[in-house]
Amino acid sequence: MLDKPKLDPEFSSIWTLWKNGQIDLTGSLRSPGHQDPASVKSVEKYRPRRDRSAFSHYVQKSNHLYNILATVLCVFFACLMLMTVANLPLYGDPNAPTVNEVAERYVEKGTEETGAVNTVAGMILDYRAFDTLGESFVLFTSVCAVTILMNLSSKRQHVKHTKESINYADDMIVRGVCRFLVPLIMVFGIYILLNGHLSPGGGFSGGAVLGAGLIIYAMVWGEEQASRIISARLIKTVVLCSLGFYCVAKSYSFFTGANHLHSIISPGTPGRILSAGLILPLNVAVGFVVCCTMYSFYMFFRRGKL
Amino acid sequence: MSFVQNFPFFSIILSLLCAVISFFLGARWAKRLTLFLLTSSIVLQSCILSFCFRNHISYAYMMGHYSAPWGNEIAAGILEPLFALLFAVVMLCSVLGGMHRMEQDVFPGKQNFYWIMVDLAHVSLMALCYTNDIFTGYVFIEICTIASCALLSIRESGRSLLAAVRYMIFALVGSGLFLIGVIFTYSVTGQLLFPQLYEAIGKLWAAGTYRFSMTVAIGLMVVGLAIKSGMFPFHFWMPDTYGRATPASSGILSGVVSKGYIFLLIKIIYRVIGIDIFTASGVQTLLLLFGIAGMIVGSVSAIFAKRLTTMVAFSSVAQIGYIYMGLGMGTQAALVAVFFQIFSHALTKPMLFLSAFQLSHASGGRQDFHSLHGAGHRHPVAGCTFTVGALSMVGIPIFAGFIPKLYFATSAFGLGWKTWPVLAALAISTILNVMYFLYTTILIWIPEEEGTHAHIRVKPQAGTVFPAVLLAGFNLLVGLQSAGLTTLFTQGMDLFCQ
Repeated sequence: MLDKPKLDPEFSSIWTLWKNGQIDLTGSLRSPGHQDPASVKSVEKYRPRRDRSAFSHYVQKSNHLYNILATVLCVFFACLMLMTVANLPLYGDPNAPTVNEVAERYVEKGTEETGAVNTVAGMILDYRAFDTLGESFVLFTSVCAVTILMNLSSKRQHVKHTKESINYADDMIVRGVCRFLVPLIMVFGIYILLNGHLSPGGGFSGGAVLGAGLIIYAMVWGEEQASRIISARLIKTVVLCSLGFYCVAKSYSFFTGANHLHSIISPGTPGRILSAGLILPLNVAVGFVVCCTMYSFYMFFRRGKL
Repeated sequence: MSFVQNFPFFSIILSLLCAVISFFLGARWAKRLTLFLLTSSIVLQSCILSFCFRNHISYAYMMGHYSAPWGNEIAAGILEPLFALLFAVVMLCSVLGGMHRMEQDVFPGKQNFYWIMVDLAHVSLMALCYTNDIFTGYVFIEICTIASCALLSIRESGRSLLAAVRYMIFALVGSGLFLIGVIFTYSVTGQLLFPQLYEAIGKLWAAGTYRFSMTVAIGLMVVGLAIKSGMFPFHFWMPDTYGRATPASSGILSGVVSKGYIFLLIKIIYRVIGIDIFTASGVQTLLLLFGIAGMIVGSVSAIFAKRLTTMVAFSSVAQIGYIYMGLGMGTQAALVAVFFQIFSHALTKPMLFLSAFQLSHASGGRQDFHSLHGAGHRHPVAGCTFTVGALSMVGIPIFAGFIPKLYFATSAFGLGWKTWPVLAALAISTILNVMYFLYTTILIWIPEEEGTHAHIRVKPQAGTVFPAVLLAGFNLLVGLQSAGLTTLFTQGMDLFCQ
């Protein structure tokens, strides 16, 4: 046992084993215990550990080379991009190949077919709703990934937060302004959400405004207070309901569309608040998901838990 | 429209719903839900495959009420459900095989997130297989990227977090380049769906306008996907990513995630750009050269690798090199070989990772080659499956790895100057493969009478061992019954390139 080769196991590859003849087809005949300890030691002598100063010297040298190569690559890439952009069709050129039946129908028939005055909302939530479904799941995925990385609620609870957060709540000016501002921001966010099919805005922008309002609330009145009102369970429920609703509602629409069945969803009268079929509820669902994503990012990075 | 034709859409929506519901469940129920999802996905894909094969059709499925150039679409023929089926089977096997180990590696409070990430990786792979829209492809590439980084970083050991950061950077550079390519393509053609793009690009190329931006766009899309799947000069994320993750994640990441990107790339080459324009743009020759370089460099790095899983991970670089070499050859026969290579690698690599982790478990958790001495005797089943995987990777007849090598070699003739580099690369790479895989196999089967770990006897658990054995069975099946798969591939190609 004692005269077993004491090579640092991290330093032997197949190549080393092969070179030193420690592994071959006849190896089964030789018991590893009977290896000549002298030869093993001499092998060890030839594998000195890396000389630290030489190593750092090479690192510095290769750093220089790395910087030069990276600069060359970046310049090349920038030139390539600029040349390509110069070769693209001109913006607004009526003869460009991009002016085709796709854009034409979106602009001309968008409102009539989707019921949304805001053509962008009609495009992302009706014509190309599957992409938007994917996009909201990108947000969901990133929330889960951040939870995996940052969540301290179940682990390392003893880790103390050394970061002293400034208590804004004692500041009269901040508190006074925010008391007026936070409700205004929230109402404005809700307006953008609900009016997304009529005017510029929609789920993504409205949700961002709502999320910003919640973050300001948490900053001023403290994360403890915020998480008492907006609990982890509430956020989970909201995300579950929003994404579940999006999936189910759009599945109905996809299924009826693909099978050429009659759908009960009608575009309604364009311009009315209750119109545009599924676009309004989907905007609300997307908005909730965006809002919860932003808020939980803030809380995870700030506090380690919701 | 037959009811079966809805199944691609069902499999996508079902996994999205499962992911959202798992967000609310504990780890145990999330696990059950994921296993149910993967099993039902296998059933759904088999139904679509048999439907499309019997009727010999491929069809586009409208996602919504708007037809082709305006709304989203997914499409299925023979190849799409075939690869979706492969991905689902491999995912199920790796998850089952690595489940026990995952429960030790991952903190209990976070295990339900592991299952969410498996669901999301599954949905993105399904969408990458079925999508008929280049932007949908990009959206699900994003989901796949984040989900695979999370699958890697959930282990929370220092090295796997480091590996996750590196993987994240490479993957994001890849998706960024792909996105720029998509944007250029859109600003030149004004289309996003595959058939319309194909038409528009063909017209523009024939007219000779915007040829430079189109070439750059093609290059960017190909390079983006190549970075994400680990083509040779961009393979530096691979060894740590595959070697340091928990075994289930290693299996998923190496077996299926990189193949999902490659399948999307094949779709883009054949259904968006068109193989003639792809050849004319000169990107094809680059793929061939980098593929060949990857075959050699990957194998040489594997010989110098110091841990078993790192060695297996480096051999992935070489195997991905084969795929890119096949894409660079550009003939129909070479493409069939590429499909076989995807199959054999997807079935073999997770099996190798699962057995490598079990072998190291039988050697006191050590991964170095000294400790693995005689590990095959301590854990015979893992030793056998590792041997099957090693023989398949080397390319011994009757195993799956032999078929693509044979097809690559036969399709290399008649390619002009490309013939000899391809044949030489195949020969050299096979010899290098023999060097490290067979030596490792011999090493684990040399009995060790009085070593440190000689007293360890691992009692194989049925649940852990069975998936690897199943994968070994599939491997032999592909190796012995390749004629059926060849028929599927050639018929699928006819439908694919219509």
